This record gives sequence, structure tokens and C-alpha cells, in this order.
Amino acid sequence: MRIGVITFPGSLDDVDAARAVRLAGGEPVALWHADHDLEDVDAVVLPGGFSYGDYLRAGAIAARSPLMRDVVAAAGNGLPVLGICNGFQVLCEAGLLPGALTRNSHLHFRNRDQVLVVERADTAWTTDYAAGQRIVIPVKNGEGRYVAADADLDRLEGEGRVVFRYADGNPNGSSRDIAGVTSENGRVVGLMPHPEHAIEDLTGPSTDGLGFFTSVLKAVVNA
Amino acid sequence: MSRVIVDVVLKPEISDPQGQAVFGALGRLGHDSITSVRQGKHFVLEVDGTPDEAELKQIAETLLANPVIEDVELHLTTD
Amino acid sequence: MIDTVEIAAKSPDDEQPWAELGLKADEYARIKAILGRRPTTAELAMYSVMWSEHCSYKSSKVHLRQFGDLPPSDALLVGIGENAGVVDVGDGYAVTFKVESHNHPSYVEPYQGAATGVGGIVRDILTMGARPVAVMDSLRFGRADAPDTARVLPGVVAGVGGYGNCLGLPNIGGELLFDDCYAGNPLVNALCVGVMKHEDVRLAKAEGVGNKVILFGARTGGDGIGGVSVLASETFDAEGPAKRPSVQVGDPFTEKLLIEACLEIFQQDLVTGIQDLGGAGLSCATSELASAGTGGMHVDLDTVPLRDSTLTPAEILMSESQERMCAIVEPAKVADFLAVCEKWDVLATVIGEVTDGDRLTVDWHGERIVDVPPRTVAHEGPVYDRPMARPADLDALQADDPARLPRPTTAAELQAHWLAVVSSPDGADKTWVTEQYDRYVRGNTVLAQPEDAGVVRIDEESNRGIALALDGNARYARLDPYLGAQLNLAEAYRNVAVSGAKPLAVTNCLNFGSPEEPEVMWQFAEAVRGLADGCRELGLPVTGGNVSLYNQTGDVPINPTPVIGVLGVHDDVRRRIPSGWRNDGETVLLIGGTRPEFGGSAWASVVHGHLGGRPPALDLAAERALADLLTALGKEGLIASAHDLSDGGLAQALAESALRYGVGARLHLADDAFTALFSESTGRVVVTTTDPGGVKTTAQWAGVPVTELGTTGGDALGIDGVLDLPLAELRAAWTATLPALFGGPEHSTPLTVPAGTVPTS
Repeated sequence: MRIGVITFPGSLDDVDAARAVRLAGGEPVALWHADHDLEDVDAVVLPGGFSYGDYLRAGAIAARSPLMRDVVAAAGNGLPVLGICNGFQVLCEAGLLPGALTRNSHLHFRNRDQVLVVERADTAWTTDYAAGQRIVIPVKNGEGRYVAADADLDRLEGEGRVVFRYADGNPNGSSRDIAGVTSENGRVVGLMPHPEHAIEDLTGPSTDGLGFFTSVLKAVVNA
Repeated sequence: MSRVIVDVVLKPEISDPQGQAVFGALGRLGHDSITSVRQGKHFVLEVDGTPDEAELKQIAETLLANPVIEDVELHLTTD
Repeated sequence: MIDTVEIAAKSPDDEQPWAELGLKADEYARIKAILGRRPTTAELAMYSVMWSEHCSYKSSKVHLRQFGDLPPSDALLVGIGENAGVVDVGDGYAVTFKVESHNHPSYVEPYQGAATGVGGIVRDILTMGARPVAVMDSLRFGRADAPDTARVLPGVVAGVGGYGNCLGLPNIGGELLFDDCYAGNPLVNALCVGVMKHEDVRLAKAEGVGNKVILFGARTGGDGIGGVSVLASETFDAEGPAKRPSVQVGDPFTEKLLIEACLEIFQQDLVTGIQDLGGAGLSCATSELASAGTGGMHVDLDTVPLRDSTLTPAEILMSESQERMCAIVEPAKVADFLAVCEKWDVLATVIGEVTDGDRLTVDWHGERIVDVPPRTVAHEGPVYDRPMARPADLDALQADDPARLPRPTTAAELQAHWLAVVSSPDGADKTWVTEQYDRYVRGNTVLAQPEDAGVVRIDEESNRGIALALDGNARYARLDPYLGAQLNLAEAYRNVAVSGAKPLAVTNCLNFGSPEEPEVMWQFAEAVRGLADGCRELGLPVTGGNVSLYNQTGDVPINPTPVIGVLGVHDDVRRRIPSGWRNDGETVLLIGGTRPEFGGSAWASVVHGHLGGRPPALDLAAERALADLLTALGKEGLIASAHDLSDGGLAQALAESALRYGVGARLHLADDAFTALFSESTGRVVVTTTDPGGVKTTAQWAGVPVTELGTTGGDALGIDGVLDLPLAELRAAWTATLPALFGGPEHSTPLTVPAGTVPTS
């Protein structure tokens, strides 16, 4: 199973996302933002970082890069896409996910080992979890506050499209403690926390993050 | 040569912690007549020849601002 | 009208503002003697900044030679003199690391001062051919409750985090300390470490006649040249000089692109030499590259891409615009070099070439404005042997023995003192700061703050790793600079060893007052001598470092603050030893001996506002034995945790180990609980183990004393027959201090981040 990881200028956790794919048993494929070639990958990860320095708005410029047009089209055809942190910001800016990410309410960059509750265990990226499961994943961002108009948030909740919620404290002031959401078809998922930093006991607070990458390998097989 | 100003502010329903922080600071400095502060972005574009209003509107509303959470105002001036 | 070499030769008596530029009369005379004429305006600017204290180390060179005189070490691949030292860590890997200061700019503009400090040290590491993999920061401010500290500290922390996080470098540790002496002179020391293979090492020299000089990275603006604006009067430019900022402003995104571009350039072997542009910008890069090389260099200054077209040539040469590098590239490889830069959207321009002969020449608009021997600019600056005098107050200070200070007489008082030390700004929980740093990026961080050392895995197959610690107790150094420097070395050495790593090499950032004060000069000389002697005894090379002088406001210098960084290697990071207590029922052992030593201690400072007496005694042979013991214990898997004792003694170490995961302990201390808790004797480590017999046997064999203290478990730190300190109370006190001072999560002060830098929304 070949999972693409896109590098934008300023992407930082692309190497870490690739490692997570490898540890889960997949084959990471490095993709370049300026190309128009998804190289037939089975799924795509938009990694964390500060693409374009977060200039204009976090993820705004990256969302308008050549390769993102291909990603949007492929997602329309059911390609599983995971946006982590900056990747989540890119997905929102690209219109693949609703809402937007803004400056943390306390105005600081915050890096914490965060408890999340998994609310949807049937998206392409979460089948290896159970609904209601609590996991510990690092969160590290300065622009991680998820916002949307109340009506839109109501609709999201009503449609069950909140995938992860912060528990035991909200690290950035996100509305309704929302940490991650999914598209209508459950194959595009975006979240602020970093599962690729919770894959080895040696370097992370848990190995709870591996499930994202093992789940998608099954989603690909079953597609 | 024309100059186009684009002002971008968070929509009123979106909470603005930066504006709030500035407001708090003003209060602590004794400026009690200020009742609220919203913080946004101010873009200055230099345009060759006469600006194409439709093009600039599109730039303003789809790139310079995120319409999900921001309002935008376009000001065309000529030197 | 530009001041050219031709004009200078014909107008020897023209007045020049050499004094305003910081040169002395004899230095100006020497420049004229070197050139055989008066310098041009541009040349005067170059010499003035390259011969400044900051760039030439003129007051410190005579003393720093002692580091070069240390016995050669097999581990050292590149020593002092290059941008950073390089150490062999085994398996063909080389590690380069260095710590540098950015003190004065951080007082002026805290965010940008700290941010550009990080940017600068990262470029130094990159220049050696390595991928930067981690950073650390050692910060010092005035009293924690002083109004100006509230101005400076948040900006500095935001700047360190803002720049480092955006570069994708995990922050793996550092220090945060407060003392009135830093009130007008905060210290911001930033460390960066990089990893490469032996064959990747690059050096900063220009060789090969005809090779091109390429400037790449950001455009050149007026950053940091405020002081040089006095030269503006020398030019007749119709536009007139615009405002020249004295602050440098950083753009970490550009530096990230620079890092990736450089690493690809190195991978394709496209450069013969490379230098980063830091202090003194182009003046420094060109003169150093040429001086270290075999020939001369010619530069066409008109080709330098500018952000500000009103800059004069002297200003272009002096500009300290950030995120710029200078490479020497063979003509056949220039196209490939430029292609890599284009891929990463990094501006790159050929600005000159390596020439025959031994002159550095610079042209502007077709006229020669600089023609100097580069060695005289870069490496043959003035050398001072400044007068030294032992501080007049030192005898009285050392005689003021803290042994006579009132000690706690009741259990309640003892507990109160314990809480006071642990919750003091120096001892308190630093999460308010460290949460603003990314510790996870790159996925190889094994240990980070609040552990004793930062540990990073450098090879995922073999699990080889490195450990780093940064320490600088300035109270000890004030009482005895020679011993104080050695104590800092010992502490960093011990911190690396306590993680299970083998210490290999040393870097240092020497922060002192004005070298024109004989007492400060004496302190500096003593500290260097102490550090050199200490390294000799421990068998460690000094790979390089930084000196920051003139840290003083008015008559009062800062305490001598020699910050020492030690690098160690882990053959297998999986066997690293963490510092917190995780499990009940483990035996708590104190390794090392305790004597009543309170000079410069946290207890004396926090409880009595006292600084006096002698620092604790140091036995480097014992530190070596302790380090070897820790390695053995780690390899055998005999200990579950290890935490070294330093500021705040056992009281601080116990609190930190217990609060880490909320596991208390029942302990028994010898008769004098006060001394046991607050003495700062060296060479001590607290360990926990499920095999106390095994630890004691190994320690005995190593000749190191061990005392059994008690057992982990419960929700309090209990000392039999003395007191019972509930962890909840300890945690409340320990975690409240910094948020109370600098803002809890619910409220924050708006930071002024100058435009055009890190975005604020």
C-alpha cells in the first residue's frame, strides 16, 4: 500500500508522517507540491509544519498549490486523505473540510500530550479505534483553534462529522472542543494533534497514533 | 499605477482573542473610552494601469480573505 | 560621490569618523599602515566592525588560547576556529554543536533578538555541512517580579519558540534563571546541534582561483546597521539615508528553505567552501572565506540583491540581514547550484570570484572601493591583554559564610524552606516556557525538558544517539570564577552521564561584564583557566564557543556567567535513564557524599537573600568515577531512574523526581535533615532501583559511596520523624509561580511582533 506524503515549502513533519506509514506496514511516497502527479498512491497525508511560514493564513498558500488541485479531484473520487495540523489547515482552506483554524485563544504556541476521545471509528483513518476510546496524542500548534459559524457547527455535530474531541482540557480554545472532523464520505479526515508523534514508546507519549496509519491500509484494501 | 487597499477582519461572530488582548491592554493603560477592538489585516496592492474590479474582488474574496471566517473590504484609489 | 581607493590614496588627511565607529586611534593608525593610505569609507566600515569586540574577540583571545592548548582528542574532527566544532560519535557519524549568545539585541527587541539568536546559531551548524536536529536555550533575566522582566521574558520565549518551531527543530532543554544582576542585561544563549557523516564536513574557506562566490538566501536590507549610519554623512546620495534599524529581523520560513536547499547542495557536492552571514554580514563572510583560503577574492557589490535600494556600499557590507549564506562554487557546478536554489525558491546570485594573489577587492558601479589583505580584517585584528585585578570585595564575600545564617528549627520551618526553594522562580516548574516549544518534530527526541539532558536518536537502525546538557550557575562563579566555571562543567558533564551517555566534548558561552573593568577581566581569565583545567582533567576537548562581553549597566557588571554545554553519546538510546519516579516500591538511593556546603546555594539565596562563602568543593576524579558508574548501571539495567543534584540540592531533586509522575516516597535522612536537604555538595545523584543490592555492589566496586534513603510510593514526600509534605501541596506551590508572574492560560499580553516577520494571525 502506497501512501503519499506531500511536502510543501515549510512542511516539517513530512519525514515523521513517512516514518509512521512505514511502521504501520505501508510504503511512503514523497510527493512535491509543485508537481501535478499523485503517482497513483492509495491515500495521501498532508503533514504538519509551517508551510509558507503560515504567511497570509496558515495553510492558505499551500492549499492553492498545483498538487492540491489533484488532491481535491482525487478526494472527490474517494481517495483517503489525512490532514495533520498544518495539513488540516490546508484541507479547510482547500474546501475539503468545513470550518477554519485560527490563532489559539491564549495566543501562545502550545505543545502538550493531549487526551482525545475518538467519536467516529468508521472513517478511513480510524477503523482501528473504538468509538469512545481515549487516546494520548501530542498537540503542538499556535493556530489550532477550530471555528465555524454556529449553524455550521450544529450541522457538523448533527451529521456526526466530529471525529475527535479534546478531553481533560482544551489546548487551544477550539469550538466545542473539536480536535478533528471528517468529510461527508468519511474518507477525508483532518485533525490538529499529531498521531505521527505517538508511534513509538521511545519518542512519544504513547503508541496510540499508529492506528491512523494501520486503519488506512485496510481502507485501501477494502476500497 | 493604482493603489488598491484590502482590509480583512474576522467575521463578527468569530471570537478574536488578539483583538481582546489589545482591548485589555488599552484598559490597563487607562483608555476607558475604547469599548472594543477587532484586529485584522491591511493589504496594499500596487496595480499596473486601471484596476480590473472583478479581478481584484476575486483576489480579495478568495485569497486575501478566508470567506469562512473573514469579511473583506476593497478600496480602490488612484494616485 | 563614492569614496574609492583612488580618492583615498590622494586624500590622506580627510577626516574619518573612526572614533564614532568604535576604533581607537592606534587601531586607525594601524589600518593606515596596513593599507599604505587612509582607508576608504567602505574599508573603514569593514575594519571597524570586524575589529569590534564582538567579531574579533580582542579582549578574550589571549585567554581562549588555553582551549587550543588542550591535549588533542581522538574524538575531535574539527576544532576551534571554524563555525562550530565537530565530534566523532561512532559508526561514521559526526556531530557538530555550539552555543552562542544574542544578549544585547534581546534587551532591545526581545522577540526578534531571541529569534535571530536561534537563526544565527542554526546557520553556524548548517554551514559545517550538517542537518540541524535540535536546539536548546539558556535564559537569564532580572528579578522575576520586576516590571521589565514582564516586558522581556515573554517576548524572548515567544521568539525562541517562534523561530525554532517554524524551522522544525525540537527544543530539548535549557535553563531559565533570574537574578537582579541581569536586569538591564538579559542573557539569551542558544545552542544548536547537527548530525552528518564524517565525509560531509564542510569548511569555510575560499579556494580555487576562478571559483565563484555565490550569495544566497534573503535579500539584503538595512538590518542591524544603526551604528554605521554615522557613515551616511560621508555620502552625497541625493535620496539621503532612510532610517536604519539597529535591530535584525528574522524570517524562519526563509531559513527553513535555506536549510533544505543547502542540504541538497551538500548532497550533490556542489560547494568547495561555505560560510554563513552573521555578525558583520558580508564584511565578515568575504574576509573570513578569503582569509582562510588560498587566494584572494573579488566582489561586485552591485550584484547583491537588495531589499532597500537606498543602501550605500558601506551599509551593504555591514548589513546584518538574516538568513543569508555565502558559498564558493566551481564554475562547472554553478548551474546545478542555482537550480537547487530555484527549486526551493531561494534567491541566489553570483557576486564575485576567488582570485589569484592575496587581496580582497570590492567594486561598486565600476569603481574600486575596497582593496585590503583579508587576513588583516578577519584574523589579525587587535589583541589586547587587558589589565586584571581580583575584585576588591571578594575576600569579604568569601568570608561571609552562610553557615552562620539562621536555619529552620522546627519541622514546619523546614517544610516552609523546602517549599520556598522549590517554588522560587529559579526552582519552579518551567512548563509555562517549555510548552511554547515543539519537542517532537523530527520524531527522534528521546528525552527533553525537564530531564537532566536532552537526548536525540541519530540512527533509527542502530539506535545510536546523543545527549546534551547546558548549565551555568553564576552565583558560584561570582564567589570563585575559577571553581565556578569548573562546577558548571561538572554539572553539565554529570547531567549527560545521568542520562546514561558518555560525555565527549564541550562548548561554552562566556557571559561577562565590561573587559575594560580589571575586576571583570580577572573573572573572565579565571573562568577560562578553570574551564581549561577542568576539561584537561576530564579529558574533554573544547570544540568552540562564544564570548559575550559588556554585559553591564553602569558600574555593575552581571555575575560572571560561564554557560557550559556538554555533548555525550549513547550507543543505544533505548537504554537511556529517565529522571522521574514512576513506580511504587522502588528503593531510593543517594549516590555520592554530602558535606555541609551552602555557599551560593539556592537555600541561602531564596530564604536569606544571601550570596557569600565558598562554592561547594569539586572533585573531578570523583565526577569521572560517578559518570562511569552511571554508564555501568544504565547498561546493566540496574536503575529505573537517575536525577543529579545541583541548585537546591536534595530538596529540589526529590521534589522534581516525585512530581514528575506523582509518586511520593518514605525517606529516612541522617540526623541533620537540613544539611541533607539543602547542601549543594557536588558529585551526587539520586537513583531508584528494584535491585538495591546490585547497585550498592557496583558502586562499591567503583569506589563511590551510596546511602539508602527509603522507598517510593504514596502521595507525599515523607521524612521519618521530621515531616510529611503532601505532593498536592508541593505541586500547587511548584506550578503556580511562573503562570502567576507571566500570565496563566486564560489571559495574555499582546506581543509586539514587528511587521514582516512571523505572522500574528
